[in-house]
Amino acid sequence: MTTTETPVDNGVNVEALLGVREALPDTPDIAQFKWRSTVDWVNGTHSRSDVETFYGFGEEQQHHKKFSYDLDHPLQFAAHDNGVTPVEYVLVALGGCLTAGVAAVAQQRSIQLRSVRATITADMDLHGILGADPDIRNGFSGVTVSYKIDADATADEIKGLVAQSQKRSAVYDILTNPTNVNVDVS
Amino acid sequence: MPDISTVIIGAGHCGLAMSSCLAARSVDHVVLERAEVANSWRTQRWDSLRLLTPNWMTRLPGYAYRGSDPDGFMSARQVAAMLEDYAEATAAPVLAGTTVTSVRAAGDGFVVATDQGTWRASTVVVACGAAAVPAVPPLARLVPAGITSVTPAGYRNPDELPPGGVLVVGASASGVQLADELARSGREVTLAVGEHVRMPRTYRGRDILWWLDAAGVLDQRYDEVDDVVRARNVPSMQLVGSPDRTVDLNALRSGGVRLVGRLAGLQKGTAQFSGSLPNVCALADLKLGRLLDTIDAWAGGSGERFAPTAVCTAPLGLDLRSGEISAIVWATGYRPDLSWLQVPVLDRKGRVVHDGGVTGWPGLYLLGMPFLRRRKSSLIDGAAGDAADLTAHLAGHLDAQAGRRERKAS
Repeated sequence: MTTTETPVDNGVNVEALLGVREALPDTPDIAQFKWRSTVDWVNGTHSRSDVETFYGFGEEQQHHKKFSYDLDHPLQFAAHDNGVTPVEYVLVALGGCLTAGVAAVAQQRSIQLRSVRATITADMDLHGILGADPDIRNGFSGVTVSYKIDADATADEIKGLVAQSQKRSAVYDILTNPTNVNVDVS
Repeated sequence: MPDISTVIIGAGHCGLAMSSCLAARSVDHVVLERAEVANSWRTQRWDSLRLLTPNWMTRLPGYAYRGSDPDGFMSARQVAAMLEDYAEATAAPVLAGTTVTSVRAAGDGFVVATDQGTWRASTVVVACGAAAVPAVPPLARLVPAGITSVTPAGYRNPDELPPGGVLVVGASASGVQLADELARSGREVTLAVGEHVRMPRTYRGRDILWWLDAAGVLDQRYDEVDDVVRARNVPSMQLVGSPDRTVDLNALRSGGVRLVGRLAGLQKGTAQFSGSLPNVCALADLKLGRLLDTIDAWAGGSGERFAPTAVCTAPLGLDLRSGEISAIVWATGYRPDLSWLQVPVLDRKGRVVHDGGVTGWPGLYLLGMPFLRRRKSSLIDGAAGDAADLTAHLAGHLDAQAGRRERKAS
């Protein structure tokens, strides 16, 4: 890594994150989080999802405002394209999670980032969701993430950022490992 | 009830090293051992196992290898014999066949109960090993009936497993060695790979441990590393005790072993593997590169670099009911057995909280844990330095205690 005169600033408050980690041995309960969203059907394949509250650090929490997202399917699916498809939100989530991780790890390792761009691609065989072939799964058959990173670091240090980001990424874990999902109707 | 300055629990290399250091300071002590000296080396090692460290590196306080094969690797039997000789040479006060049933605080010391009677001790050194009990993940109970499960502590050789394919879970030292041995015996082997530490046996014409020792990498102290929690959880190196033989994932793949991701779930008889295999391989390759850079920076010049771990698309599931797999080897690590420890020094996961082996309870010490005081704390060669440091601390504690008693008496 090249040493620079100006302090590295990727806009990540690493001290605050490390402070939370240091508080955990005494108060492990503050680590227990619940993330939430609601989805309301609008019409056809169009739904709207709201995200506003979550639970963590031992109490109810709130984003500074309510965020809303439209979900739909494109015209090619005979839908109205009021928003991106749910599977595309998965790509948004994965790329967002990994890129936040790259910034945080770079800050921790004193690497100044200049630009970071991830291109996320997922392969899917529609035979699955259309019920046309029981041997094909509904979900992705594979996901690739391709990074272009300009930073004050060697090629191996940049690869190290991306690898460490995957190691600590929630969405990467969610996609690569099984998760129990319970859906009920009340 | 006999009264003594120090009770050491466990007569493995750490307990014996501590005994030797205490004797040098004339601290009266006893070493309590549930079975006999080097018990786990006699009873919990597979037939082909050899130390990962070369003979010249098998050093203990006042002992260095003087045999004819300094670059060789001891078998478990040889390690047991070496420790037995060491116990005899140092006249270690070992009470064999003495199982500790509880240790509790009493007054300014401890009461140590055993199946052979009770001791009062001013100080206690827990040296019964980080690898007392195989740590098998909870999902092992979901393995379908009819599949044999073994741990490295119980495994002896390929012939003892039922005929058929074997799933080895875990790719640290034990896992890669057993996967390699099973594949060489003609088995179809699948190896589930999580985070691991890739290591070539030799680098720039010398054993890798020669470099780690010479460059001071193994001497790095616990209070010098950025993140000691992470350092203490680093898995064992992918090494086998055999000159010039590397057992990294590329070598295993060439030997016919099928690599899959970490075992992440087991549902309806199907083992589910993580899709993180490419990243755990990338992490290990990068980490190895940084280590070799460190060695080069110390030695000057530069050495060879190893081909990246080749990862092809790995299956995400394996039906354990198909008959393809007849046995699972759980090479998923070990944990200490401290069920008898009744002093409040454990964290919420039952691990002893300590600062370089000094616990928060005055007079209670811990030895033989990964990165206890140095990177080499998990190696036999790490015991001497750790035992010397803890002996100094322990002697200071005894002196302070004696001072308090004298002041009280006068």
